[in-house]
Amino acid sequence: MSQVAQGRGRGGFIAGFLLAPLALYLTFVIWPYVQTFGYSFTNWTGQSPTFDFVGVDNYTALMKDEVFRGALWNNLLLLVFVPVVTILLALFFAFMVNAGGRGGAGGVQGVRGSGFYKIVYFFPQVLSLAILAVLFGAVYRTDEGGLLNGVLIRLGLVDRQHPVEWLNEPRLVLWCLLLVVVWHGVGFYLVLFSAAMQSVPKDIYEAALLDGAGRAQTFFKVTLPLLWDSVQTSAVYLGIAAMDMFVLVSTMTSGQFGGGPDHHSEVMATVLMRNFLYFGKSGYACAMGVVMLVLTMILSVITLRATRRERIEF
Amino acid sequence: MSMASTGEGLGRRDLIKRSAALGLITVPTMGFLSACASGGGESTSGPSKAATSAQNPFGVSKGSKMDVVVFKGGFGDDYAKAWEAAFDKKWGTTSSHLGTQEITGKLQTRFNGGNPPDVVDNSGAQRIKLDVLFKSNQLADLTPVLDAPSLDDPSKKVRDLLIAGTVEQGTQGGKFISLNYVYTVWGFWYSGKLFKEKGWTAPKTWDEFLAVCTKAKEAGIGGLAHQGKFPYYINVVIMDLIAKKGGLDAVKAIDNLEPNAFEGSAVALAAVEAVYEVVEKDLLLPGTNGLTHTESQTAWNQYKAAFIPSGSWLENEQLKQTPEDFDMQFLPVPLLADSKLPLEAIRAGAGEPFIVPEKAANKAGGLEFIRSMLSREWSTIFAQQANSLTVVKDGVDPSVKLRPGTQSAVGALKAAGDNTFNYLYPDWYSEMDTAIQDASNELMAKRIQPKEWIKRAQAAVNKAAQDPNAKNNRRS
Repeated sequence: MSQVAQGRGRGGFIAGFLLAPLALYLTFVIWPYVQTFGYSFTNWTGQSPTFDFVGVDNYTALMKDEVFRGALWNNLLLLVFVPVVTILLALFFAFMVNAGGRGGAGGVQGVRGSGFYKIVYFFPQVLSLAILAVLFGAVYRTDEGGLLNGVLIRLGLVDRQHPVEWLNEPRLVLWCLLLVVVWHGVGFYLVLFSAAMQSVPKDIYEAALLDGAGRAQTFFKVTLPLLWDSVQTSAVYLGIAAMDMFVLVSTMTSGQFGGGPDHHSEVMATVLMRNFLYFGKSGYACAMGVVMLVLTMILSVITLRATRRERIEF
Repeated sequence: MSMASTGEGLGRRDLIKRSAALGLITVPTMGFLSACASGGGESTSGPSKAATSAQNPFGVSKGSKMDVVVFKGGFGDDYAKAWEAAFDKKWGTTSSHLGTQEITGKLQTRFNGGNPPDVVDNSGAQRIKLDVLFKSNQLADLTPVLDAPSLDDPSKKVRDLLIAGTVEQGTQGGKFISLNYVYTVWGFWYSGKLFKEKGWTAPKTWDEFLAVCTKAKEAGIGGLAHQGKFPYYINVVIMDLIAKKGGLDAVKAIDNLEPNAFEGSAVALAAVEAVYEVVEKDLLLPGTNGLTHTESQTAWNQYKAAFIPSGSWLENEQLKQTPEDFDMQFLPVPLLADSKLPLEAIRAGAGEPFIVPEKAANKAGGLEFIRSMLSREWSTIFAQQANSLTVVKDGVDPSVKLRPGTQSAVGALKAAGDNTFNYLYPDWYSEMDTAIQDASNELMAKRIQPKEWIKRAQAAVNKAAQDPNAKNNRRS
């Protein structure tokens, strides 16, 4: 068989495998995006197939929409805090579990009981967000039946007649939600970082130890640089999660699709859904969707660029 | 006014959330679905129909099949099963029953395919929008049912036995297309047992109401509980105070988006200040501002608060949490000084729309089913199984023992007579409704003052006035 025929045969083979998925991908992923983009220039209500073209009206209205701007701000806050807090905690725990212990012949091992910790840390990851919302709903309950309030009242720190209204308190609600996300995420990233750490050859740690490096030095000079790829990926993932937040906010906070009290926990997705399904402003909601898509893409690119480093081979 | 949007309980509200999640996925496919909506083949098999007679005005054929789909929400679907059994017994039909919360999911394809069920309780968060169905000629005109002889008294037409407003509510484009079956009243609720024990009497004026709340606080329980996470409920109190003090003019001013609906209205300010007094005097159940409806209602069922606002679905919603001897009682919102409406006046309206699809295989059966629903027998079955009232006048057999809450709602409705009112703005302007709810949440949490509430509510009204629908939505 000639080279050309062989090449064509292989090409056909590959095309056969790629075309069907590509067609599916175009139909069910790309085409809806295009449609959403199209709808964002209309006054579609979502309840009728008829609508008018309104140009960029939706986008200009969006600029003036204080609720959406507030939601964008909240998303940005979360975007900073969710990845930073989660990754820092996960790195710290992963380091302690894998290389934080002392003693032993090799000198490189986790703290005592690290196997147990790994399992415990991973627990929250097993729970779905819906269960999490119920669970933390009970923690944050605003009367003394709530876990936090119950404990605080019993300790005498909070007045029984005026319990803390966690999720109904404008200054607290976002941080309460942040805690849930972090609590949920740390375990997974701990395991991810653990795996990355375990692939680091022990000799490197031993060398660092022999040179007299302490825990902190070992971490910053050895572990972190070698883990940078994983950290980078995690940041992008957590960033995308922080841009979404829909399930938690909509189930845990007050208001139609959440966002309460008085829009203090609003994220873009909740504003979008409220406009889409409840206010009958689907065209407007599509414009929000387009903005979200663009922002998420920009942020991913920025994160990947900003965190780019010299790759360390080992 | 459709009650469906206000929710008969946990099931519905959860549904809204779930449908939200689903919505995210279906956003892109919406266009696709709506494109299909106009298609759909004609049903080829002719509807089964027998000769008509006085007893059988629509010509139900004996031994035919009935296909019934009901929304299984706050009222459950036991009542429908009991109805179907009664129907089968009388007509020799075989009924198939589906109780579901996913009305759209289960029925959209059937409507499109031209083989819809014979009767549908089109309710819940995933109901199919009635105007869309109507515009695509999917709904049978139920006017013949209204003009058919009533089962209880053949000398009367069915329409004469309906509570006022039922027909208007179900009419679109001059056709009566949906029967809103469940009659709901809104107001405060209390435990007859608790009040008896403590020697309190049901308050008639707002001052008396505050006095009972104060006594409750002294006795170590909360005065007013409300479903803080859903400010819809406390809004009922504020709006009902406005309606009762200002009369129907005040209600219309709000529904018609008058520039002085709230701002500059002494009535509105008095009502908001009255509710704020509860907050200021610290008479709320501690923590109630952040509780869900089930949490606060259950706390109230545990005698932790004297009053709670809600609609008459409350009793059925709380069945499991209510102690046997709780003795649930309805209380019309007490009066402010110089009120135009009497104490007995209540907010009342019908919900839970039942429809018969135009292309139903057994349309005659569907119409007969609707006629039967409007009989005293079936209305009583509903009241017993679902603990709620229906739109049939005196529709509950007096010999039947109702649960105390439903019983007191029946009494309140009788006492109210023609003094009922209802707001339409929540259906017409959901954005305005939401904005006012947000303001109420802030008010109850003591973060804003009544004057600020008025300002925000008026701003919401003014914004709604720019809605293109505002021209068509007018009431007189």
